[in-house]
Amino acid sequence: MGPVASQEAIKMLGTNGGGFFNANSAHPYENPTPLSNFVQMLSIFLIPGALCLTFGRIVGDTRQGWAVLAAMTLMFVVMAVIAMHYEQAGNPLLGRLGVDIGAGNMEGKETRFGTFDSGLFATITTLASCGAVNAMHDSFTPMGGFVPLWNMMLGEVVFGGVGSGLYGMLLFAVMAVFIAGLMIGRTPEYLGKKIEAYEMKMVSIAILITPFLALVGTATTVMTADGLAGIANPGAHGFSEILYAFTSAANNNGSAFAGLSANTPFYNVMTAIAMWFGRFGVIVPVLALAGTLAAKKRIAASAGTMPTHGPLFVVLLIGTVVLVGALNYVPALALGPVIEHLTLFAVY
Amino acid sequence: MSHKSLAMFDPVLVKPAIVDSFCKLNPAVQWRNPVMFVVYVGSLLTTALWVQALGGAADAPAGFILAIALWLWFTVLFANFAEALAEGRSKAQAASLRGLKKETWAKKLKGSHATAEWTTVSATDLHKGDFVLVHAGEIIPADGEVIEGVASVDESAITGESAPVIRESGGDFSAVTGGTRVLSDWIVVRVTANPGETFVDRMIAMVENAKRQKTPNEIALTILLVALTIVFLVVTVTLLPYSMFSVDVSQAGTPISITVLIALLVCLIPTTIAGLLSAIGVAGMSRMMQANVIATSGRAVEAAGDVDVLLLDKTGTITLGNRQASAFLMAERVSEAELADAAQLASLADETPEGRSIVVLAKQKFNLRERDIHALNASFVHFSAHTRMSGVDLGDRQIRKGAAGAISSHVESLGGSFPALVTTLVDEVARRGSTPLVVADGARVLGVVELKDVVKGCIKERFAELRRMGIKTVMITGDNRLTAAAIAAEAGVDDFLAEATPENKLALIRQHQSEGRLVAMTGDGTNDAPALAQADVAVAMNTGTQAAKEAGNMVDLDSNPTKLIEIVETGKQMLMTRGSLTTFSIANDVAKYFAIIPAAFITTYPQLAALNIMHLASPASAILSAVVFNALIIMFLIPLALKGVRYRPLGARVLLRRNLLVYGLGGLVTPFVGIKLIDLIIAGTGLA
Repeated sequence: MGPVASQEAIKMLGTNGGGFFNANSAHPYENPTPLSNFVQMLSIFLIPGALCLTFGRIVGDTRQGWAVLAAMTLMFVVMAVIAMHYEQAGNPLLGRLGVDIGAGNMEGKETRFGTFDSGLFATITTLASCGAVNAMHDSFTPMGGFVPLWNMMLGEVVFGGVGSGLYGMLLFAVMAVFIAGLMIGRTPEYLGKKIEAYEMKMVSIAILITPFLALVGTATTVMTADGLAGIANPGAHGFSEILYAFTSAANNNGSAFAGLSANTPFYNVMTAIAMWFGRFGVIVPVLALAGTLAAKKRIAASAGTMPTHGPLFVVLLIGTVVLVGALNYVPALALGPVIEHLTLFAVY
Repeated sequence: MSHKSLAMFDPVLVKPAIVDSFCKLNPAVQWRNPVMFVVYVGSLLTTALWVQALGGAADAPAGFILAIALWLWFTVLFANFAEALAEGRSKAQAASLRGLKKETWAKKLKGSHATAEWTTVSATDLHKGDFVLVHAGEIIPADGEVIEGVASVDESAITGESAPVIRESGGDFSAVTGGTRVLSDWIVVRVTANPGETFVDRMIAMVENAKRQKTPNEIALTILLVALTIVFLVVTVTLLPYSMFSVDVSQAGTPISITVLIALLVCLIPTTIAGLLSAIGVAGMSRMMQANVIATSGRAVEAAGDVDVLLLDKTGTITLGNRQASAFLMAERVSEAELADAAQLASLADETPEGRSIVVLAKQKFNLRERDIHALNASFVHFSAHTRMSGVDLGDRQIRKGAAGAISSHVESLGGSFPALVTTLVDEVARRGSTPLVVADGARVLGVVELKDVVKGCIKERFAELRRMGIKTVMITGDNRLTAAAIAAEAGVDDFLAEATPENKLALIRQHQSEGRLVAMTGDGTNDAPALAQADVAVAMNTGTQAAKEAGNMVDLDSNPTKLIEIVETGKQMLMTRGSLTTFSIANDVAKYFAIIPAAFITTYPQLAALNIMHLASPASAILSAVVFNALIIMFLIPLALKGVRYRPLGARVLLRRNLLVYGLGGLVTPFVGIKLIDLIIAGTGLA
């Protein structure tokens, strides 16, 4: 027992995610009703969403902020719909055995939330750098579990965290502008600042550090006896659990596929390394990028300048985020959630 | 330069390019392109694996490894070929320049005057500050400045323009270029460049790629490409343990082979753009060269694409070089025919373009033919700075034309008076932006000939085009504000600078730059040099002074100021080609994943066949098809890399949407079709 309610506000608004109880927001004292659940989800996105508009104000063009917010919202809606759909569809194997799966996949879920509120919560907590959970992600269907995993793989750039979140999306904006800007026949610029070699170096480091940590961490684990010892579910799902653990650590999310016995010296050390580099390895190049951009002269916009507001840029930004995520993780995903899903439905 | 335009795959170029592709297999050359270096290492590794497979120890069939190894080598060779072909085309252009470098002899003077003693030395022994004497028929041995004499010079070797130009000491026509030929008279030239540093040397070095440095944007793009390569290296390396783990837990199949991993890596890294990047840069310079513009650096070509403001000289760029007679405006009790007749007579011997245009106008309006000047017993009075009039004496009849002030004092000296109506006419003409020329017959003022600045045809459309590109045009003129405003409105420029001086030109450039704009300008005179040095893209006319050429970062051999527009388009085209091929290259990876991932793991997880959406025949043919496609696409895109993506003067938004559709969506879809086709061929011929 303790001051749970006050801690909840901090946990959610601060996208911190560490629960008062081990069961986190699945615990009835932390999250008793669908209404409290709604407030918690809203709290996660509240500050990161507002920061987009702050950004627009700071750069002197609110449309820039709206464009970033629009890209985030669109991606959020698509991911939430996928997760909720597959959780509601349930496990086809149980259905074939004559079990009523009308309530969807209820394993590891609270009856007061059901599949929709659980799927939505899982999407939100992983898109933002929160990590609080109101259901057991490990018990989700393969696609339902794929969504939180994929959200973190994108770099938690959709809304992101409070302390360190928006910059992730802005890194992708710089990258999108760099490639697309060339296509209109000008050297690239974002918000009137030229994007040159130094900026690209920093953007590359910041974007690539987390996939590096997640992939190498997973590879090291599946090669060592200590790592393999933690697997409770052999098979493709065991692989997904390890991949989830390192993706969550490298992106500082904190949620887990809890079937993995990760509270061992091996996992603690490995994930600690991933967390440390995953956070500071991004912050340092981002600060360097911010410094060099701030020092640059602002270039006047003309009809020949690529507009970084409006629907075209939103599509471009989403495309860049998804493409970079896919290129990094498709092979790993193919051996984890994808094969789980195909196996489940092939049998069915 | 008289270069015949060579076809894209002309055998003259292709043969040496093929040889060059193999020469470029030198690791030191490959190392310069990090992405292709990875492919190079992959080729070596797979070849080694094949040799090992021949010995019996292999993780894949020897024939399959050989096929992959061969196509990886082809990928490297195709990229080399693209670069070699682009360089070959530039070299062909440089060859005509090289002709200028043949051994020439110079008359080196002991002093700075033509009368000083001279000795014959080789042109290569001349240094900065030496004086040389050049007579008619001789070749000017080095770049320099005329300090004595006047001569007509044939500069066709540099400019392709066959008409000789006059070079004389002092003023804006004193610069001469080594390798050009003096046609008449003699000049004394002070050498301004050391051997190996002359203009022609620099041009050859530029074109031959020997000094080609990566441009800032090319470096930034390379960083992105290297970063992607590193990521894919991590992705493929970690895939081996993942695969081993999967085989372990599912108790089926075999782990992914090293050959397949290398194939996957090469397919994923952005080989298309990396293989063509340097060809795009060389081709950009080459296209400038085709437009007869020599850029002193690739950086300047790139900056041209970013230009926001164009400063254009009025005369020669916006208007035809000369004013032309456009109307006859009569004084009281004078018929237009009478005025035209007198004006024509006064202009018959006037060889200036203005004078000739009066004759032409008179002929158009009243069909007045040129008359036999001897039959008229005419004696011509030429323009002099003293009288500021010209005309003709026919017996005792004096016909004069000139500025209002000059004619006014002329008729008054003859006892006549200057009519008030003519004064009004003169003012009206001036207000329209034209120049009034008053005609008098004896003491009687007949009227005014309006000399109009003629705005070039189609120039208004060009400016509208530039506006759509987001580029602002500013007209620079020495005229007064009134005249300048009238012409600016007619030509459709966005802004103008009247009564321009070198100081306010420089101030205008600085002002635009401080507002964050990139400025381009053209210039030829020495007094343009400070502004040229300040501008971001500065095109010096080849007819201009040495100072102007030194200050600029491009030289237009045709000395055509309108060229600035083409230069901007070429710069944009180069950047667009780079961006489009990068997008295409990255988008291609999606299809390659769909080809290779199911093929690589199907023995472990047969369910992955669901991802084989292209229905490729077998795992081996799927992987091979992806590798073959990856190599062939470089070949297919060589013409695009060399010609460049066409630039259309549309707004940024429209252009981006268009190119995203063509190269982004096209890049997603094309490999699905291509890989499927190659797979059909491979499966059909039973190769794999």
